[in-house]
Amino acid sequence: MSVTTAPAWRPARQEPGWLVRLFEYKPFLVFACLLPAVGLLMVFLTYPLGLGIFLAFTDTTIGRRGIWVGLENFQYLLEDPLWWNAVFYSVFYTAVATVGKFALGLWLALLLNNHMPFKSLLRAIILLPWIVPTVLSAIAFWWIYDPQFSIISFLLVDVLGWRTTNIDFLGSAWPARFSLIAANIWRGIPFVAISLLAGLQTISPSLYEAALLDGSSAWQRFRYITFPMLLPILAIVMTFSIIFTFTDFQLVYAITRGGPVNSTHLLATLAFQRGIPGGQLGEGAAIAVSMIPFLVFATLFSYFGLARRKWQQGEGND
Amino acid sequence: MYIINRRSALQLGVSAAALAAFRASAQAPIAATDTPAPRLPIEQGATLRMLRPVRFVQPDEDVFRANAARFTQATGVQVRVDFVGWEDITQQTAVTANTGAGPDLIIGFGDAPHIFAEKLIEVSDVADYLGKRYGGWMAVGEKYGKRHGTNNWIGLPFGGTAGPLVWRKSAVNQVGFENPPSDHAGFLDLCRKLKAANKPAGFALGNAVGDGNGFANWLLWSHGASLTDEEGKVSINKPETIAALNYLKELYPTFVPGTLAWGDISNNRAYAANECWVTSNGVSLYFSLKNDPATAPIAEDSQHSLLPLGQAASWPSAPLTLNAMVFKHSRFPNAAKAFLLFMMEREQYDPWLIANLGYWAHPLTNYGSSAVWSSDPKVAIFKDSMNNKFWNGYKGPISEASGQANAEYVTVQMCAAVASGQSTPQEAAREAERRARRIFRR
Repeated sequence: MSVTTAPAWRPARQEPGWLVRLFEYKPFLVFACLLPAVGLLMVFLTYPLGLGIFLAFTDTTIGRRGIWVGLENFQYLLEDPLWWNAVFYSVFYTAVATVGKFALGLWLALLLNNHMPFKSLLRAIILLPWIVPTVLSAIAFWWIYDPQFSIISFLLVDVLGWRTTNIDFLGSAWPARFSLIAANIWRGIPFVAISLLAGLQTISPSLYEAALLDGSSAWQRFRYITFPMLLPILAIVMTFSIIFTFTDFQLVYAITRGGPVNSTHLLATLAFQRGIPGGQLGEGAAIAVSMIPFLVFATLFSYFGLARRKWQQGEGND
Repeated sequence: MYIINRRSALQLGVSAAALAAFRASAQAPIAATDTPAPRLPIEQGATLRMLRPVRFVQPDEDVFRANAARFTQATGVQVRVDFVGWEDITQQTAVTANTGAGPDLIIGFGDAPHIFAEKLIEVSDVADYLGKRYGGWMAVGEKYGKRHGTNNWIGLPFGGTAGPLVWRKSAVNQVGFENPPSDHAGFLDLCRKLKAANKPAGFALGNAVGDGNGFANWLLWSHGASLTDEEGKVSINKPETIAALNYLKELYPTFVPGTLAWGDISNNRAYAANECWVTSNGVSLYFSLKNDPATAPIAEDSQHSLLPLGQAASWPSAPLTLNAMVFKHSRFPNAAKAFLLFMMEREQYDPWLIANLGYWAHPLTNYGSSAVWSSDPKVAIFKDSMNNKFWNGYKGPISEASGQANAEYVTVQMCAAVASGQSTPQEAAREAERRARRIFRR
């Protein structure tokens, strides 16, 4: 069988369907791919944050819709000594705890950076305080600081006999404040140490070899090689650490609930206290919103103060 | 504290056989007057959903469910009872009231019906009937049930428990007292002598919702002071408050060290460890001591009595109160009311009281003859919990604001500031007034 009258062959250029065309349109594709992520962020981040900020300008309580009161909540906060007290302690808590965490964390990281037996195991153990759920460690510290049953008091009074009375960790303002800071430092060290250790390991050994050849001392190697090379990661870790510390809630709430006489309220615990048990959602939201400027400032400071661009881009330090 | 330490009590685990025994033993003694019951025609196809706080002891839940099942048997109305954690029930009540959806009725805590009064139906007919039938509502029961300044019942108090003085007989006797003195000066003298004997008293002055407020309330009320007056105006900055705080300045040095940091559970622990010999607490402390063989001797040595009344005409302790409410959004309001009425009739309520061993006290007078109050002489004192003329927010109306003042420890912190020497009584009272003004501004 032969085909003599084959139709003239024409290149079958099929018109793509509208769906295909739509997906080949780049702006739409970008939009479609972003949609799930943006949707999640909007629902779980932007909406609650926006709602929180909105509530701060109303007098909503649990059980009653509020009305718009403008800046009234903030005006009240400015004249509320409890809020000022919480601002003071939040800043103090963050500053002292951050310094403590970084001093001890950096030291620990330097130690762990040496070669030693069971290195990996040690590093895993170091992480423990950070892995344990905060509430559990908070409850452990609650017992450690208990006025009657503190293990520290027990050691000093009953075992060693150095004291005759129990230590009153949480019964007055300053001891309570420092007790909480100590607990926070204990909890925060591993995060800092492990992050900085990762940073230390990215520093090229050849730099140290060169410095050794030039006859540098250990301090000089730390000061002129380790520290500057570590600064970018230090900046990031510090930013995170400041945010975690400033917004800390669980330690304080589990150990002192802001007592004695409100001396250990952080802004986060005060916001919760007013908002949920106290029922004043609007005022609680206002306290929470009042944390934002502090957080923005702390973030900008540690980011721009420590992480100058030229290190990040590998430029010379001239 | 009233709330947390119920774990040991749970271990009691009473069996179904015991449950039947409760019912058998419970029938006789409660007197009831014949009264026409309110007409509550139950709606076609009614079903009910309700919430209530979780039990102290297992039999509480068993008997409550059994009673609900009897209601279903009698009326054909299915009742679903959900037990909710103590910390969550206030928030769940708020959500129910605001969204107008969810359970038909809730047994919540004392102030809830007053906060959500607009969302509730009146239960005056049920309350009047129960009052007439069982010898009348007891003082604070009536206060928690009626809307402020009216005769309209918006809540049905279901039970309550107050916090007396808990003391070690051996210690009190050792320093030369038969019982704790019932006047302020004598009580101070007792505490001083206990301190000297190294068996000190201790009362929570930390952020402890139950115990801290309980102690601060006693201190203020027994001196004639109160956070607000009858109209709900702030009245804390008064000479009576200063007098109370001056008394505290004398009393505080006799406490075991550390009470400024005490939470709700701390006094229970210190008492159980022989560190604190006189404190104030709900009935749970006694039961937890009694049920643990290691601490049973302490329970044996413990007594309950009233704290000094001072100027108060009745026991100055606000009982923690269960308060039932029926929501307007319920499609079956009659069924809900009939259910509550049924649950508070003697055939159901008395077994429930007995099952609770004294954790909850009745709000209706005739239940005073319930067998539970003769089951353990040390529990008898709780029988009159609801006869107190004190409530959270005394002397003012029960409101959202009075609940907030309680939750934010306004008076507790006033006391703590004076006890710690941080403020003079005058300064502390002024600061409490400032905070209270803000809270009660509406």
